[in-house]
Amino acid sequence: MSKAAKDAFFDPIFNNNPIALQVLGICSALAVTTKLDTTVTMCIAVLFVLVGSNVSIALMRSQIPNSIRMIVQMTVIASLVIIVDEVLKAYAFEISKQISVFVGLIITNCIIMGRAEAYAMKNPVGLSALDGMGNVVGYSVVLLFVGFFRELFGMGTLLGFQVFTLTREGGWFPANGLMPLSPSAFILIGLFIWALRVWKPDQVEHEA
Amino acid sequence: MRNDSIFKTLFVALTVCIICSVVVSTTAVLLKPTQDEQKAIYEKKNILLAAGIVTADEMPADSEIDGLFENNVEEQLIEFATGESVPADKIDPATFDARKAAKDATLGEQIPAEADVAKIRRMAKYSKVYLKKTDGKLDRIVLPVYGKGLWSTMYGFLALDADGKTVRSISFYEDGETPGLGGEINNPNWQEKWIGKLAFNEQGEPSLEVIKGNVTDSTPNAQYKVDGISGATITARGVGDMIKFWLGDQGYGPYLDKLRAGGKLREGGQS
Repeated sequence: MSKAAKDAFFDPIFNNNPIALQVLGICSALAVTTKLDTTVTMCIAVLFVLVGSNVSIALMRSQIPNSIRMIVQMTVIASLVIIVDEVLKAYAFEISKQISVFVGLIITNCIIMGRAEAYAMKNPVGLSALDGMGNVVGYSVVLLFVGFFRELFGMGTLLGFQVFTLTREGGWFPANGLMPLSPSAFILIGLFIWALRVWKPDQVEHEA
Repeated sequence: MRNDSIFKTLFVALTVCIICSVVVSTTAVLLKPTQDEQKAIYEKKNILLAAGIVTADEMPADSEIDGLFENNVEEQLIEFATGESVPADKIDPATFDARKAAKDATLGEQIPAEADVAKIRRMAKYSKVYLKKTDGKLDRIVLPVYGKGLWSTMYGFLALDADGKTVRSISFYEDGETPGLGGEINNPNWQEKWIGKLAFNEQGEPSLEVIKGNVTDSTPNAQYKVDGISGATITARGVGDMIKFWLGDQGYGPYLDKLRAGGKLREGGQS
């Protein structure tokens, strides 16, 4: 694999993570991470949309008039999102009931449009696809981290399986009432960013 | 040609729109039958659960659901005001959709504000009810119920015993309450607390209520009371209100009275 391809894929995972460094796509990181199964479904949905939009935009990039490029990107992204939503309704009905609203909101996920505008408009199809995948992996790492702790400490389960027995069911683990609520995701994302910046100090912003 | 010429701009915009709309509509049309199927199976699963024919832990495969439903459950369309069942030639139960009917001018109606304890504003004039029969004898009555929680409208089923007042199960198949807090209405442990409670008092009025804290043996009238959910006061109160509404005169009250008067219900409660 060439250096450019490697960078396109691996950079967004830790070096230029869309959530942790660019702080994009936070809204969905709060909304779908109460449980792991919805988190995983959301990551797969975003994978399809982001790779799809990056590839389609890269294919058309030399033809898109500058004046309407954002609208074109938006149209492509919105169409992909509708497709994902329809597929989920047909093949993962019970999960789609829980996250359908947030799947619709992928359209407004800044990561998708950010990558189309910043990368796919200037790079060939193959690299754009890799960039899309890399960004989704970076996004998923954060989401899965948040979802893991929220489900485990909020409900004592992982993917629906009981890991800790809750006190209200006669066990030892008192469920943390903050975890199922959105603010806990902020706290967890904050901790993630902290840990990442301890590991990679060059990501720390310096005051001017 | 320059990309920014007026013609090119219109051409690209039009092409993108046409391609996208074709792709989207094709997907939607192709997937529609599968989606409808999934929806129907999901609803039937929930009715079977409420009727106690299947359990959540041992849910049969989707392909068996239809058969189980046909063999064990009798579907009936009733009119709320009279409590009578509606003949199939007037309204076809197969196509009747309570949510659409509630919005419809002829099939639905406005609920007077003072009677609207479930805070749903409009309701259908008709509803499906599901009767579970064992050896031809009525065993359970499953009633669709819905009402407002904290964030969302909660849709579920209340199953009553053949005596028309003992609660046999309560379950929800759609809600948008906070998982872990209000979402605990879906917790089997909480739903279990409803089983065996009496939905009507000696005078035949809807009597169930959700209280704060725990119901113990020493709580007065414990047979009419269910524990609240900590951290979900409003959701739990919403569930209580919706049960009160649907069992009252606006809801299934007249229907249950008719069943009782017609001798179709078992006399006396078991509790």
